Amino acid sequence: MRHFLTLVRREIRLALTGGGIWLPVIFYLAVATLFPFVTGPDKMLLARTGGGILWIAALLSTILPIERLILPDRQSGMLDQLAIRGWSEEVVATVKIVGQLVAFAMPLLLASIIASALIGLPETKVLTLLTGLAIAMPALSGLSVTISALTAGLNGASALGGLLLVPLAVPILIFGAGTLSDTPGNAMQLLAATSIVIAVLSPFAAGAALRAGRS
Amino acid sequence: MTARQAYAPFIRLENVAINRGNRRVLSGMMLDANAGDLIWVRGANGCGKSTLLRTIAGLLDITSGRAEVEGRVALSDENLALEPNMTVGHALKFWADLDGGTPADCDSALSEMDLLSLCDVPVRYLSTGQKKRAGLARVLSSNAAIWLLDEPYNGLDSASSAHLDRAILRHLAAGGLTLLAAHQSPSINITQSLLLDSSGQMA
Repeated sequence: MRHFLTLVRREIRLALTGGGIWLPVIFYLAVATLFPFVTGPDKMLLARTGGGILWIAALLSTILPIERLILPDRQSGMLDQLAIRGWSEEVVATVKIVGQLVAFAMPLLLASIIASALIGLPETKVLTLLTGLAIAMPALSGLSVTISALTAGLNGASALGGLLLVPLAVPILIFGAGTLSDTPGNAMQLLAATSIVIAVLSPFAAGAALRAGRS
Repeated sequence: MTARQAYAPFIRLENVAINRGNRRVLSGMMLDANAGDLIWVRGANGCGKSTLLRTIAGLLDITSGRAEVEGRVALSDENLALEPNMTVGHALKFWADLDGGTPADCDSALSEMDLLSLCDVPVRYLSTGQKKRAGLARVLSSNAAIWLLDEPYNGLDSASSAHLDRAILRHLAAGGLTLLAAHQSPSINITQSLLLDSSGQMA
């Protein structure tokens, strides 16, 4: 467990030094800042559509770190050295997902408070947005690591990663945005179920991709 | 530096063949290496030396034949696996920590590869030869019983090569086992030479 945490700390350090933390947050806040310029100062409209825009911005922010999650470690031989020491690819993928949860998800959740204020989201919906995003983050982190493992080393990995991630994240987006509607129904439960399924499957999918990439 | 092992390391390969994609890169590979052995793997570019080392390290699956490796393995190849933004000392300590080693193991490895004076220098500022020595120091500090060294003399000056030779000799004397893939013959006594022809077969 100590070694697992050592590797997670490394992921956080790399995200800090490589822009993996700040770039998604800046992108996310930029969308929240620019959106009112497009719609105009209609508070009712902003309140109604702002939550959905923040969900889209969160999803697109997930694409930004994709290129730096796996490729540098593959090129530097880090993944080989971990494999030699008996670290299974699935555990390595889990390390990366946990690292993403801390280095990507938590800053984005904090940024959501500011973004909600920028967009003028009603207070009642801010908590719902934060809860929904918090529930979705394991899935988004899992998807970004999986797609990073699948596209590492390919030409145009970033663009390809985006193309792959968006359709896979559509259920998250639908249920996530659904939690903010006036008739949310079971959207939060469905969001949680989807997130759990994706988060549980991601280490295995990413692990298989890492193994395939090595051979 | 001593190799930590409960029992003697060995490598046995029996008629091992390896395909990469549809291409057979190694075939008919036989090897019986034991503690204290220094095996020189040689052959032309692309004959499969690195593939053989990566297979023994467990990174590649064998297509046919039988391979047995007893003992913890450390690999040094063209990939440094040291973070460029970390200092040499911290980068080595990261791996030593994962290997269950101590800071003293790192200092000893740095000393053996004459890198103590560069301990606080970020890896990205090292020259090619210094990076090579840092990668070798990672192997030395691993306390692994089996060292797999892929072209370890590339980029090393004569003094650094001598440092490496001494480290290998100490490792062998401590009951370790070393496979060394290189074009030029090591200046220390080798136990076996494994010559691969251009089709990846033992010549």
